[in-house]
Amino acid sequence: MKERLEALRDAAFKEIQDNIDLNELEELRVKFLGKKGEITKILRDMGKLSAEMRPVIGQMANEVRADLENKINETKEILKTKAKEQRVASETIDITVNTKDIKRGHRHPLIQTAEELEDLFISMGFSVVTGPEIETVENNFDALNSPDNHPSRDLSDTFYINEDLLLRTHTSPVQIRSMKKYGAPLRIVSAGRTFRYDDVDDTHSPMFHQLEGLVVDENISMANLIHTLDIFIKELFGEDMKTRYRPHHFPFTEPSAEVDVTCIECRGEGCPACNFTGWSMELLGCGMVHPQVLENCGIDSEKYTGFAFGMGIDRIAMVKYGIKDIRLLFENDNRFLEQF
Amino acid sequence: MLLPVNWLKNYVDLSISSKEIADGLTYSGSHVESITSMNKGIKKVVVAKLESIETHPNADKLLVCKADAGDKVYTVVTGAKNLKSGDYVPLALPGAKLPGGIEIGITDFRGTESQGMLCSLKELGYADNVIPKEMRDGIFVFDKEYELGQNVVPLMQLDDDIIEFEITPNRPDCLSIYGMAREASATFRGELQEPEIEIENEVDDIHDYTNGIEVKTEACRRYYSRVVKDVVIKPSPLWMQTTLMNAGVRPVNNMVDITNYVMLELGEPLHAFDLDRLGGRKIVVRQARDGEKLTTLDDVERNLDENDIVIADENTAIGLAGIMGGLDSEITKGTKTVLLEGANFNPRNVRLTSKKLALRSEASTRFEKGIDPNLCSQAVERVCELVEETGAGKVVKGVIDVNQTRGNLHTIVLRPERAKMLLGVEIPEEDMVGYLERLKFKTTLKEGNIIAEVPSFRDDVQVEADLIEEVGRLYGFHNIESKPLTGGLTRGEKPYNKQIESRVKSVLQGIGYNEVMTYSFISPKAYDKLNLPEDAPERSYIRLMNPLGEDYSTMRTTLLSNMMDLLGRNENKGIEEVLAYEIGYIFIPKSLPVVELPEERQVLSIGFYGNKDFYYMKETLEMVYGRLGIGGLNYKRLTDNPSFHPGRSATVYSGDEVLGVFGEVHPDVAGNYELKNRPYLATINFDKVVEMTDLDIKYKPLPKYPSMTRDIAVVVDEKVMVGELEEIITAHGKDLVESIELFDIYRGNQVEKNKKSVAFSIVYRSYEGTLTDSVINDIQTGIIEDLENKFDAKLRS
Repeated sequence: MKERLEALRDAAFKEIQDNIDLNELEELRVKFLGKKGEITKILRDMGKLSAEMRPVIGQMANEVRADLENKINETKEILKTKAKEQRVASETIDITVNTKDIKRGHRHPLIQTAEELEDLFISMGFSVVTGPEIETVENNFDALNSPDNHPSRDLSDTFYINEDLLLRTHTSPVQIRSMKKYGAPLRIVSAGRTFRYDDVDDTHSPMFHQLEGLVVDENISMANLIHTLDIFIKELFGEDMKTRYRPHHFPFTEPSAEVDVTCIECRGEGCPACNFTGWSMELLGCGMVHPQVLENCGIDSEKYTGFAFGMGIDRIAMVKYGIKDIRLLFENDNRFLEQF
Repeated sequence: MLLPVNWLKNYVDLSISSKEIADGLTYSGSHVESITSMNKGIKKVVVAKLESIETHPNADKLLVCKADAGDKVYTVVTGAKNLKSGDYVPLALPGAKLPGGIEIGITDFRGTESQGMLCSLKELGYADNVIPKEMRDGIFVFDKEYELGQNVVPLMQLDDDIIEFEITPNRPDCLSIYGMAREASATFRGELQEPEIEIENEVDDIHDYTNGIEVKTEACRRYYSRVVKDVVIKPSPLWMQTTLMNAGVRPVNNMVDITNYVMLELGEPLHAFDLDRLGGRKIVVRQARDGEKLTTLDDVERNLDENDIVIADENTAIGLAGIMGGLDSEITKGTKTVLLEGANFNPRNVRLTSKKLALRSEASTRFEKGIDPNLCSQAVERVCELVEETGAGKVVKGVIDVNQTRGNLHTIVLRPERAKMLLGVEIPEEDMVGYLERLKFKTTLKEGNIIAEVPSFRDDVQVEADLIEEVGRLYGFHNIESKPLTGGLTRGEKPYNKQIESRVKSVLQGIGYNEVMTYSFISPKAYDKLNLPEDAPERSYIRLMNPLGEDYSTMRTTLLSNMMDLLGRNENKGIEEVLAYEIGYIFIPKSLPVVELPEERQVLSIGFYGNKDFYYMKETLEMVYGRLGIGGLNYKRLTDNPSFHPGRSATVYSGDEVLGVFGEVHPDVAGNYELKNRPYLATINFDKVVEMTDLDIKYKPLPKYPSMTRDIAVVVDEKVMVGELEEIITAHGKDLVESIELFDIYRGNQVEKNKKSVAFSIVYRSYEGTLTDSVINDIQTGIIEDLENKFDAKLRS
């Protein structure tokens, strides 16, 4: 019996190899260890043994069974690992295939820019307000100290609805509305559509966009204005930006200034875009609110002072994205929009 | 405004470069647009005298000249026809350089060697538009004898720099060389040389020559006049011609040049009339008569009306006041006696007439901004001085000055602490006084304040803030040290509707829509293209008085036309699929014609074409509303909106509130926009959406008990809508129906014609406990019975 058991073990070890598959292994397990397997057959003959040999052979049979079970389990693990490796290896795909099943939408570059500008000012403690696109002559010109005979009031400069109503030519009437509604102190910005009688070409559009800001409080000075706009410009275009405040003229501010900013394309080196001056010209207009404008809105111009600034959002978006033709902003060509 | 730097330096002591002048003036408020160096690089061009001129032996069209340049006589070949022996001309010597890098050598012209070249003004670098007419085609001939061999560069002011300024409309006093000299003097602290005018000989009396000046309109605020006799019309001297050319003005003749020169110098537009051609030898300043005609100097006949101011003689108009003279009284070669006009006109009249006639001139651009009336006399006197100095005529004694009285100059108080408050910087009082004095304000000190008397040419300075700007700009805004805003912290806020906008945009961006932006004004044809009926509310739109064209003439009452336009444009460019949205305003008049501000309503429009259908739009809207917490969505078929396909469009409600309409575009409308694809649109009342938005989210506990899923498939008539079936399921399910999923709609061989099979998967769940089959079976039975009764539904097994 002893010899039969040893022969069985040798035979099994010979057959259980890692070049078989899992099914074959299972068949071998049944063949050797199953209820009708070889070991069972041998053990069935135990009755024929003497009483003293029975425990010896029993123990030996258990050892052989354990050896076979171990061998089968080990081989099973090896075969499983091998199978997994084979599957993974067979599943390699072409990762250069482009399916384009998912599409994201795109924000309009100008509106996106306007919202970014608003957010920048929100972070500086300004509140966003809005105003209507159709305005009164009073809010758009009179209250802003614009002289009666100012050319900007002409039919050839401004779109009128009747003699009292027009399409706002700037976002400045929002200043008037806000000062009348909220009084002082005040810290607001407002972005929106503005309109001027300009034929369409690559730098002009009858509809364009401005962002207007206004601060009214006690002891507000030009030094505060410069500080605020400098922070804004650096946030918008980068820390290396320089600004240049040049005296200018607007009817609703006094003193008034225009702000030039380091040329965004060449960062001040001089290039064709800046006419080799190193400056992007007239990016913003600003100044101290004219005392008459404060008074027009019921604010005591002796107690309060304020500053205001305005900028063309279209221009800023165009500079930012390198867009040379303003018409692209209004044409809504999908191939243009999907670049942003 | 073109400023020749050489001319500027006649009035102000400056020993800095043109670049430094330009930068400094920019910082003090006169914005420089460009600096141009004249005629850069000219070398070895000298004055020469033509000794002889002969026809070239081998070429009829060429001349061979002997030109004496002092050191020797050069033989030069030229093709010009305007030369005669004895003329003084500019000669480019062999080795000379001309503008544009042209080098002159010794050249052989058909056997004759040309030692250099005789030069025209163009070859010396002048632009065509400033070269006198008679010199356009020939060699430049000097007006008199000059030292031979002399370098022409300084002689002809060829080394000048021209600075171009953008002068703001409030500063007409800067539209002159002297005005800019005043700015330069204030900016650089250089001594300002005031022009001293001296006329040595005056003859006869003005009243012997003219019957006077009659001013019949308030639009003429002053009229200052003198007479010059024995006029000899000829070219003006070289220095004046070159000065004018450098300032961008073409020389004409001595009288015209002198008036132009003084206009540029002092800023007062002047006019010279041929006195002998004035009817009644008098001037009348009056309103034009309706229908009166005048041919201006540019040879165009102008139709006038009583809003125009004319200068007339006894009979007819001879000039448009402040804009342009008439052809009939123009100075000609035969002019003997000249009446000089230095006048001041109301800016508004000049502006309106100039605009109406589309006629702008150097005079009108100055007058329409307002000019110091004191300049009238100064300028006319200066003209007389130059007439005498250049031998253009004899100055007649006496002046006629109508309305010469001027009001007193006003004063403004400048409080130093106010300047500090506005500028944010403390400027010593003596510095402020210095700035103002250099700008020609007379100052006195009183009780710690500066009292400034505003000069007559500074009408723009009206209030204290204006004075503070004067101080600030000379101190230099760039020298103001920036200071942070102080005071309490403020919270930056966004209006609620903008917050909602952001949410909507993020949803739409996430599911593939592009944001678009279109004009607020649209064509009236748009309402027809959208098939809107005559009585549609959208047709109550506001018209612009002065649109840029019919296509931009109405304030939109719908966003759909813009959306259709852009869908059409994109399809036309071959783009297969476009998904777009716009959030914009429509303009609803409270009455027509408009008397008060209209209502501006915010609208969300969505549009697409391509591989998408009605249900994609419906789902899009549900995603948007879902993000905003707007529930209770229900839909009704839209049948009365001719912009939409009647079988494929709907009104969307939240409860009873209409949120908008959407669906497939009516094929006629799609055709109107030349779309071949089926486009889909939605127009959503965004104000309503904002109002209905509920951002308050309350957490609902996750279910503890398992769900049960049951499928139902019924065959119903084609007309029965899925929504009606779902309503019944929901009603029977009480609160136990967690979701209903429509998983199949089948039409075909397995069902009768005009019928469809609709299959739902219903998920039941209770939050109270595990559901039992009997409870669900009861519900299912109820649902099926109801479907059978109401819709004649047949259960499909």
